[in-house]
Amino acid sequence: MNPESLTQIFINACLINNFVLAYFLGICPFLGVSGKVDTASKMGGAVTFVMLISSVCAYGIHALLVAIDAPFLQLISYIVVIASTVQLVEMIIKKVSPALFKALGIFLPLITTNCAILGLALFQTNKGYDLLQSVVYALGAGAGFSLALVLIAGLREQLDLAEVPEVIKGTVLTLIVAGILSLAFMGFSGLGGQ
Amino acid sequence: MKNKGKNIPTSTDEFIKGLWKENPVFVQVLGMCPVLAVSNTALNALAMGMATAFVLLMSNILVSLLRNFIPKEVRIASYILIIATFVTITDYAIQAISVELHKSLGAFISLIVVNCLILSRAEAFASKNKLGRSIMDALGMGTGFLFALFCLGAVREVLGSGSFFGVSLFPLDFQEWVVMILPAGGFFTLAAWLLIFNLTKRKEAGA
Amino acid sequence: MNGEQTIERPNSFPMFRAMVGIGALCGLLIVLTYEGTLPRVLRLKEEALQKAIFRVLPGISQTRAFTFKNGGFAPAEEGDADLIYAGYDDQGQFKGVALEASGQGYADVIRILYGYDLEKQAVVGFYVLESKETPGLGDKIEKDPNFLENFKALDVSLSDDLKSVKNIVVPVKSGTKANPWEVDGITGATISSRAIGNIIGKSSAEWVPLIYGQRSDFEKREIE
Repeated sequence: MNPESLTQIFINACLINNFVLAYFLGICPFLGVSGKVDTASKMGGAVTFVMLISSVCAYGIHALLVAIDAPFLQLISYIVVIASTVQLVEMIIKKVSPALFKALGIFLPLITTNCAILGLALFQTNKGYDLLQSVVYALGAGAGFSLALVLIAGLREQLDLAEVPEVIKGTVLTLIVAGILSLAFMGFSGLGGQ
Repeated sequence: MKNKGKNIPTSTDEFIKGLWKENPVFVQVLGMCPVLAVSNTALNALAMGMATAFVLLMSNILVSLLRNFIPKEVRIASYILIIATFVTITDYAIQAISVELHKSLGAFISLIVVNCLILSRAEAFASKNKLGRSIMDALGMGTGFLFALFCLGAVREVLGSGSFFGVSLFPLDFQEWVVMILPAGGFFTLAAWLLIFNLTKRKEAGA
Repeated sequence: MNGEQTIERPNSFPMFRAMVGIGALCGLLIVLTYEGTLPRVLRLKEEALQKAIFRVLPGISQTRAFTFKNGGFAPAEEGDADLIYAGYDDQGQFKGVALEASGQGYADVIRILYGYDLEKQAVVGFYVLESKETPGLGDKIEKDPNFLENFKALDVSLSDDLKSVKNIVVPVKSGTKANPWEVDGITGATISSRAIGNIIGKSSAEWVPLIYGQRSDFEKREIE
């Protein structure tokens, strides 16, 4: 359906159209947990993981909905499936690997309301990706999300030591840093072209 | 807790708090992704704000009506279901009004579902209050959200495209601030508005 | 919200009742809206598409969708993808086709619609369906008058055996257009304008010989 090559999809999702810096998806955790590099990278890992799973699920649901000709159920089924997947993943990880659960634990429930996950499912459907393309898209988006989160966290750790006026501390400062980072990421545009 | 030491708030208070004191965007910093993503023109911002306010109002009404019917074990699931329904309805309604508008808002209409603002109002307010007050709360929060979105959209369009609702404002030699309609501009404009809010609050506290 | 209820063992019936009740209510609301808005949505989408087709094929007054199947073109049925739109003038004479094409631009994939006139053997119109090119720079591909001039008569004539195009459409640097099959680029939007040239070049080289070879498929208008 969609002629894009896998490398193109990955670069597009990860750098050029970074979910956080170009589409503003997943801003809530972005502002919330981007204080420390350590937590940021764990959050990135958890999001990428959930993205991969829900991308495959979304592909399945879309195929099913097309088959029964009910496009109006798309949004409802996506959100329900994503929410239950997160729950399921949480339970499985708890059982299989308590160590991993400890590392990701608190972030998993947060992810349900992360717009990046639902956004990914919707975008891949809009673009008409096949299964393999969807998986690569999810990987790229997850990598991009983690990258943005870790970069911001690194910058914020440094900024904690800097002297800034009281009024712009906190959210305002993070937003300004994110804006500058978003400008920097524009330099990646054109990478996917000829 | 906000009732501590005060009289029970009237429904007008519920309305006004969403506009300024508890403005969902500028004070609570909720529902950021649509705020930044579709506020590149005043029209988009207005449409998005209205869509969100509508979903908020309708889901608050339904949640408030059904608040004794929903057991608390399944409340979040029920709220999400209700919100998703109204978002789908809004999605089709916008398509029926204008395909162009639907195209420029894109997937962000669907993403209203995960707007933390709506779920948090359902959970924190509508599930505990009577219908009338829930409506006032939704109207206040919705208008506050709309107002904030419009502030961003207007600034970004005037500076970024030199126009307002598509009408050119400046002489031809006006150099547009392209950065304003880029994603980065969204971050900067929001930062600027938050700064203004912080400054005003500080002045009020100091006075 | 009453604390005393939860002391007893949770009864699953209210949960079940609530979920089924809400599910049914939501389903009903969605289906009603969908059914209610569908005719108007379809009509608006149809109108938007028609407008785009009329724009890229000047002088036509009717259009019809076709699809490529089993080595020939057949009127499109519901659910067919990759549609080709044939345009006819007032007399019902087949004039040209509007084709959709897409390719990687500067920021994301660009989707365009272009019109090909069979008599002139040239691209006669071009319209951007979807692009996320940088505002103020890359989006000049939609507005720049010099650039749009390229697509008034962009030569895509066929080679003598009618099996391939004589010259594939290529993008060139701004201001260096020397041949009718070259697309003059835009300074400051180099990548975006090159992308458009390449998209049309690739798509036309593939489709034009096919369409020209089987143009009689489009003329059989009476089949319903």
